[in-house]
Amino acid sequence: MAYSDKVIEHYNNPRNVGSFAKDEPNVGTGVVGAPECGDVMKLQLKISELGVIEDARFKTFGCGSAIASSSYVTELVKGKHIDEAMAIRNTVIVQELNLPPVKIHCSVLAEDAIKAAITDWKNRKASAASPAGRAAQG
Amino acid sequence: MLKKPVYMDNHATTRVDSRVLDAMLPYFTEKYGNAASRNHSFGWEAEEAVDHSRNQIAALIGAKSKEIIFTSGATESDNLAIKGVVEFYKDKGNHVVSCVTEHKAVLDSCRALERAGKATVTYLPVDKYGMVDPDAVRRAITDKTVLITIMWANNEIGTIHPIAEIGKIAKEKGVIFHCDAVQAIGKVPVDVEKAGIDLASISAHKIYGPKGVGALYVRSKGPRVRLTPQMDGGGHERGMRSGTLNVTGIVGLGAACEIAAKEMPEEARRLIELRSQLQAGLFERLDEIYVNGHPTERLPGNLNVSFAYVEGESLLMGINDIAVSSGSACTSATLEPSYVIRALGIDDELAHSSIRFGLGRFNTLEEVDYVTERVSKEVKRLREMSPLYEMAKEGIDLKSVSWKS
Repeated sequence: MAYSDKVIEHYNNPRNVGSFAKDEPNVGTGVVGAPECGDVMKLQLKISELGVIEDARFKTFGCGSAIASSSYVTELVKGKHIDEAMAIRNTVIVQELNLPPVKIHCSVLAEDAIKAAITDWKNRKASAASPAGRAAQG
Repeated sequence: MLKKPVYMDNHATTRVDSRVLDAMLPYFTEKYGNAASRNHSFGWEAEEAVDHSRNQIAALIGAKSKEIIFTSGATESDNLAIKGVVEFYKDKGNHVVSCVTEHKAVLDSCRALERAGKATVTYLPVDKYGMVDPDAVRRAITDKTVLITIMWANNEIGTIHPIAEIGKIAKEKGVIFHCDAVQAIGKVPVDVEKAGIDLASISAHKIYGPKGVGALYVRSKGPRVRLTPQMDGGGHERGMRSGTLNVTGIVGLGAACEIAAKEMPEEARRLIELRSQLQAGLFERLDEIYVNGHPTERLPGNLNVSFAYVEGESLLMGINDIAVSSGSACTSATLEPSYVIRALGIDDELAHSSIRFGLGRFNTLEEVDYVTERVSKEVKRLREMSPLYEMAKEGIDLKSVSWKS
């Protein structure tokens, strides 16, 4: 199977590979997929108080299309408000990377990763705001 | 100077040896007769070439030349052997003993018989090295068993089954024994008498011959094996396989067998050396890698390795100037990792991480060194990108994580 030029480009030069410290208060972490399925994506988003995504990092275990999907997503979400990012559909990724039908699940996983990371950030924010969370922090 | 891409996928197919090609060429343009033409020299010439090839093949596997039936390749040989025996001996029984790691040509022939209600099939499991237990074969045999079909050596992990022991059991029980010997013939000594094999599938393109031609060894005595033909026509090949003989291909198969017979001991020694070098080089440079298959009972040119925390297809993409293959799900449309690797009982994650290196006649030490460096570098790069590697390094047991997929 031939890969699209864009998939190859992201695979060879992945953007924003790496990790933020998980306990940083403004970082949301989403881990989706499962090793036995051959795909695991970890997406981390650094989100401002106002809900703007300031930075992103990823690590992915998976095929070239999965790596390219997550790499592309880190570029796509940067600067976006979380509400905007939550609305990103996998089809955008499919189009940008020219993913063939058998690789559509990679784009679905990347969409899920965005949602999981933002949800994590919201949950952490909520628990930090609650008395129990504050006690834990203090 | 190293020529790229480097071909290291010799279980899939092999380059035609130039000596094989030289033997074949006259049969395209000068000696183009039909081997079945009995009344002119063109036919006689072709028939002579076909007979010579039969002798060459028979000599390699310890058979008699009339026991060699030409086919279009090993898939046809497997189909003919399995369906042919079950259909011919339907009054004797309807049970087949096979194994879960067989080639698709064998498994799907068995499944077709099951679907048609012509046979019930027992698929034996394998141990963690991919080896079938001869005692399990013995226990699986019933008074309805008409056929055992077990491969000599596995095409993915290279494991060599205890074929002679299975052959002995087959003889004891009076059951016909078919062996898909495609990966073994020409690579390791195969003797149908010593191994007690009644039918053996052979392919030319796995032994530096052309694609589209193969053979089936059919025992003529002790017992004389009968088959129901799977193709109707002019009754070629003692009525077992109709169709005009592919004379050029057959000449190539014969030449390939003769070269293999002559060069096997030296070539096997050399391939084992190259493979050891490759294995040692990878293990020196990388942690958490695992060999799939048997540590000693394996094909000389085979090395199947799982690189933990790295997905196989992404690794193949990174080493795109090296031709190897992967047991990863993503290389197939099914999204399932290799059934052979899974049968070993290893984790799916490791199955997704497996790469098969298939060394062959034309591989060099220089290529092995290049592949060792290139693969190691890419595995390291992908591990830096792998959340699983990160988690493992943090001491997280990946099995304890509840994955949301």
